Amino acid sequence: MSLPDISAFWLTLRLAMVVTVILLFIATPLAYALAVMRSRVKPAIEAVVALPLVLPPTVLGFYLLLVFNPSAPLGGFWVSMTGDTLAFSFAGLVVASVLYSLPFAVQPLQAAFEAVSGELTEAAASLRAAPLDAFLTIVAPLSLRGFLTAAVLSFAHTLGEFGVVLMVGGNIPGETRVVSIAIYEHVETLQYAQAHGLSALLLIFSFVVLIFVYLFNRRAPLHVGR
Amino acid sequence: MSDDNLDFSASLTLGDFVTDIDCAISLQGCTGLFGASGAGKSTLIRLIAGFLQPSRGRISYRGAVWYDRVAGVFTPAYKRGVGVVFQDARLFPHLTVEKNLLYADRRSDCSRYGFDEIADAFDLSSLFARLPSSLSGGERQRVALARTLLTRPDLLLLDEPLSALDAKRKAAILPYLDDLPKRFGAPVIYVSHNVDEIVRLASRTIILKHGRIEAEGATADVLNAHGDDAQGVIVTGVIAGHDDHYSLTRIDVGAGALALPINKNKTVGETVNLRIDARSVVLARSPLDGLSIRNHLPATIRAIATNDERASFVDVLLDAQGIALRAQVTREAADVLGLAPGGNVYALVKSASFDF
Repeated sequence: MSLPDISAFWLTLRLAMVVTVILLFIATPLAYALAVMRSRVKPAIEAVVALPLVLPPTVLGFYLLLVFNPSAPLGGFWVSMTGDTLAFSFAGLVVASVLYSLPFAVQPLQAAFEAVSGELTEAAASLRAAPLDAFLTIVAPLSLRGFLTAAVLSFAHTLGEFGVVLMVGGNIPGETRVVSIAIYEHVETLQYAQAHGLSALLLIFSFVVLIFVYLFNRRAPLHVGR
Repeated sequence: MSDDNLDFSASLTLGDFVTDIDCAISLQGCTGLFGASGAGKSTLIRLIAGFLQPSRGRISYRGAVWYDRVAGVFTPAYKRGVGVVFQDARLFPHLTVEKNLLYADRRSDCSRYGFDEIADAFDLSSLFARLPSSLSGGERQRVALARTLLTRPDLLLLDEPLSALDAKRKAAILPYLDDLPKRFGAPVIYVSHNVDEIVRLASRTIILKHGRIEAEGATADVLNAHGDDAQGVIVTGVIAGHDDHYSLTRIDVGAGALALPINKNKTVGETVNLRIDARSVVLARSPLDGLSIRNHLPATIRAIATNDERASFVDVLLDAQGIALRAQVTREAADVLGLAPGGNVYALVKSASFDF
């Protein structure tokens, strides 16, 4: 495998890991808020979160390009803070991927929280546990599978991302040239051997990750602790 | 006068069910909250616990305001110091029994009694290492009760804690509930739709109906005035003594003494409520000898109640020196014995018919 292809592979892994970590931090409070919310705005928030599931990646990428533009507020703020543009940069790729994979993190977490909270959080409150205390000691430990599912789906979804990356990231080696883009490029230039190499690598890697997840899911009892 | 006053004035509409309750109750000992399912018992409990927010009114306990619509006050559940035991125990499934108990113990800031004291009182040390999923229903409720007591609550709400248990398990838990207020220093509100539990545990009772308070007062008075005829009669008596030789407890009910299976949880001089089912009262025109029923009370017939001219049974309402009793006899027996208002009879009460 050529050096640029190996670099593309590592870049993809780095992107997926960074995005997964950020997503867990963002999606956890968001999913918990949705799980306990009874407000009338809840369906609207849920719809916004689910939008990336139905929108073509090009639409999301197009709007992100507009927002990333240095003359737009966010793009301008980023340039003034870092001296670099969000568009066609690794940071921009991270922002785009976080938005694009948001439903894959929020939905499993929300389902897990909804299954646990309510009766048990009331019990915790009656035992003098404040809401954050109850979340950390009761809801989160009992939602371990939800966290695992959310992390794996976010990671896998970011690995396989193509359209949004193409729109906002382009094809800059070491910066935005992820595996899917590299494969696309190889195929376009009829370098089938390299395309084979990268594709097989991604296939095997994804399979191994999923095997581990399902093994863990089987071994880990529904309720950990003890 | 105790200062355990619960001032409650609030309403809440959930769907098409309206709960609208105004009361100022001095919570002494155990207060029963009685009513059919759907009467609003659980809603009231959830409002007191802070799991629900009313749409109007004011709630305060021991002078601390928990809710005041006008002043914009709402104290969340975890700051109220109200312990709740739920019908379904709600133990934390990922924690062992011991860790469930410690969860409450660590978050309590006072030490009216110790961890070991509670574990001993509820016979829990042998269950410490078990997970809730491996406990029986009765064991789960015992752990839940102990866990709630370990928060050292200022008020203890028991929301139908026995209704998911069969009769045998219920009987095994009831003794743990008998002296809760006295032993652990917190007034209790005991929710149930079961008359026997209320009669046994509650000195005062609130009856709820269609989301409103129908009656409030001493348990015997309230249940006799508002209860179902099928429940029989609630009689208040004083424990006169325990007879170890025959394993009986003698209770003075004013009109005479009744002997019941021994219950040493009750101390001499203590006031107890007894439920006497109309079907377990037998009537005789004259005092009888040679009968295995030993509880005889002389009584005067006040009235004969019947729902239907052709019914098999009639209810004879009796006055046993100030105590209202009720006896169910066949219509034939009433005619043959010539039972009529004003007549004198002897009411024979079977010992085994008491629930206490």
